[in-house]
Amino acid sequence: MNSLRRSAALAGFRLVIAGIPILWLGLFFLAPFLLVFRTSFADPVIAQPPFTPLFDAAGGIHATLDNYTLLLNDSLFLSSYLGSVRIAAISTLLCLIAGYPMAYAIARSPQPWRTLLLLLVILPFWSSFLLRIYAWMGLLGTHGVINSLLLDLGLIQRPLALMYNDAAVYLGIVYTYLPFMVLPLYAVLEKHEIALREAALDLGARPLRVFTDITLPLSMPGVVAGSMLVFIPAIGEFVIPALLGGLDTRMIGRALFDEFFINRDWPLAAAVATVLLLVIVLPLMVFQRGQARAHP
Amino acid sequence: MPSGVPVIRTEGLCKSFAGQPAVNGVSFGVEAAEVFVILGGSGCGKTTLLRMLAGFETPDAGAIYLDGVDITHMPPYERPVNMMFQSYALFPHMSVADNVAYGLRKEGVPRAELRARIKEMLELVQLSGFDARKPDQLSGGQRQRVALARALVKRPRVLLLDEPLAALDKKLREQTQFELMNLQDRLGTSFVVVTHDQEEAMTLASRIAVMDKGRFLQVASPQEIYEYPCSRFVAEFVGTANIFGGHVSGVSDQVVSLTADSIASPLLGALHSGVAAGDQAWLAVRPEKIQLGKEAPEAQAGRCVLTGVVQDLAYYGGRSVYRVRLDGGHTVLVSAQNRLRSPTRKLEWDESVYLFWEAQAGVVLTQ
Repeated sequence: MNSLRRSAALAGFRLVIAGIPILWLGLFFLAPFLLVFRTSFADPVIAQPPFTPLFDAAGGIHATLDNYTLLLNDSLFLSSYLGSVRIAAISTLLCLIAGYPMAYAIARSPQPWRTLLLLLVILPFWSSFLLRIYAWMGLLGTHGVINSLLLDLGLIQRPLALMYNDAAVYLGIVYTYLPFMVLPLYAVLEKHEIALREAALDLGARPLRVFTDITLPLSMPGVVAGSMLVFIPAIGEFVIPALLGGLDTRMIGRALFDEFFINRDWPLAAAVATVLLLVIVLPLMVFQRGQARAHP
Repeated sequence: MPSGVPVIRTEGLCKSFAGQPAVNGVSFGVEAAEVFVILGGSGCGKTTLLRMLAGFETPDAGAIYLDGVDITHMPPYERPVNMMFQSYALFPHMSVADNVAYGLRKEGVPRAELRARIKEMLELVQLSGFDARKPDQLSGGQRQRVALARALVKRPRVLLLDEPLAALDKKLREQTQFELMNLQDRLGTSFVVVTHDQEEAMTLASRIAVMDKGRFLQVASPQEIYEYPCSRFVAEFVGTANIFGGHVSGVSDQVVSLTADSIASPLLGALHSGVAAGDQAWLAVRPEKIQLGKEAPEAQAGRCVLTGVVQDLAYYGGRSVYRVRLDGGHTVLVSAQNRLRSPTRKLEWDESVYLFWEAQAGVVLTQ
C-alpha cells in the first residue's frame, strides 16, 4: 500500500518534471510557430493585424498557397536560402577549425587552468551581443581602428574595404558562435580516457595517427553537436549580415526582416519562416537526434 | 626457465614528480619467459616504474635496456614492448577484431597474415566468434581477454601488465589467474606485472619485487619472500605475520633467542642474517606456523612455548583463525586447519591455551 502510494507519487513527480519543458516548448515554441504557420496561408491586407483571418465572417476557412508559390517563383528568396546555407556552412567549418584546437588545448591543460580557460571562452557573453558587433564595426570600418593603424604605419595608401562584405559576415558569425562550438567539443574531449591514447601509442601509432584513429572519431558527437549549435542559429542570422554584410550578402534572415517590417507582408514573411524551418532546420534536428541515439 | 640473460634490464631508474621522488634508484633484470611481479601499496611508485618501461614517462636518471639496447628515450610507439592497461583501454568505437588488429595494422602486417594472427590470438584467449562485438557488449572478463589479445598479438619481447586482474570479481580472478599463467607458459613472453594484491603476486610470479617508497625492498621467489622476508615491512605486507620486538639474548646452533618486553620466556627463531647478543631485533612468525593446544606440549630443544587466552576466533570453513592474548598483553594470530569435521576438543572463547612453534618457523629480522 505504502509502496503503491510512493510509486504513484513518483509517477506524479515524473509527470511534473517532464511536463515543465513540454509546457515551455508548447507555449513558447509550438504555439508561436502555429501562429506563423497559420499566417503563412493568409492574404496581406492593410489593416491591424495586416493579414486576413483564417476563418471568414461566414465561418468558412480562408487559406491560400499564394505566398508559397510566390516564394518558390522568386529567385531572390531561393538565392537567399542558398546564401544562408552557404554562409552558415562555411562559418560552421571555420568555427570547427578554430574551435577544435581550442577545446583540445583546454581539455588537455592542467585541471586548475581549465575552469579559467572555459571562463575566458564564455567571457564575451557577459557583454551585449549588439555592442560587440558594433565594436567590430568600429574596428573594421573605413575609418576604423585597423585601417587607421595600417594607414599610420604607411602599410596601405587607401583604406581597405574590411566591412560590408561576406568576409566580415564570416568574421562576425565565427566570433559570435565560437563558444557554442568550443563547449560541446570540450565536453567530449575532456571525458576521453588518457589511457586510450596511450594504448594507441603503445600499439605503435604515432601521435598524429592517435589523433585521427582515436581522438577524432570519439569526439564526433561533440563535432556534430557543436556544428548544429552554430549552423542552426547562423542560418537564420539577421543582425550580423545586416550590420557587417554588404548589399549583395543575401541571407534569409534579412529577406524575412524586409518582408516583415519594410513591406509589411506578414503572410509572405511567415511563409519564408515556415519554409526555413521545415526544409532546413527540421531535417537537421532529426539528424542530430539520430546521432545522439547512436552515440549515447 | 630463466636463462640468465635479461630481456629487459634497468639501471638506477629515478623519477620525481614536483620534487617528490616516485621511483628512486631501481635496478633489475627480467629474464626470458619470466613473470616478474612488482608488488606494492598505492603510491609506492610501481605504476610509474611500469610507465617508464612502456615509454610513457621519461626517467630523470638511469637507463632501460631491452636485449642490451638502450631504449630509455625511445618513444612508446617504437618499443617492442606492449602494455595491458588496468582499465583495459579498449577502443570503444572499434570491434573486438579491430581492437586486436590495431597494433598489427600500424606495423603494416599484410592482410592475410593479419587475419590469421587475429584468428589465432582470439582462439588463444577463447574469444572466437566475438570478432564483431563492440567492447561495451562484452563482460568484464571478456574485455580483459581482448586487452590481453591486443597486447600479445604484436608478439612483444616483454608484456607489461598493470593490475591485470584488479577489475575482475574474486571467482573470475582466480580462474583468469590460471589462464594467464597457461598463456604465458605457451607463449614464453616475459611478463612484468604490477599489482597491490599479494595473493595475485604469489600465484603469478616467478620472482616478486616488493616495492615501497620508490625502492625495491626485496627481490626473490614467492616462497623466499614469504618464508624469508628481509624486513618487517615485507613480512607484514606479504601475508600476515606476528611480529615481536626485543633484544637478542643469545645465539646458539642456528637458533636465536630473543627477549621481548612483557613476555616471560625467551622467543626462539632461526638465524637468518647476522645478529649478535644485545642487538635490537624482531621475530616474525606466520600464523599458520604456530600450533595451539589445551595441554602443555612436550618440552623440546628449539621449541618456543607461550600461554594465553583465546580472545576471538573466526571460522573460515577450511581453517580457523584465533586471536590469542598472551599473558604479557601481546595479541597473536594463529591459523589452524580444520582437519576434523567435529573436533571433540574444540577451542572456545576465553579458553586458556598453550601456543608453540619450532625455532626454524620464526624469522629474526634486524630492520
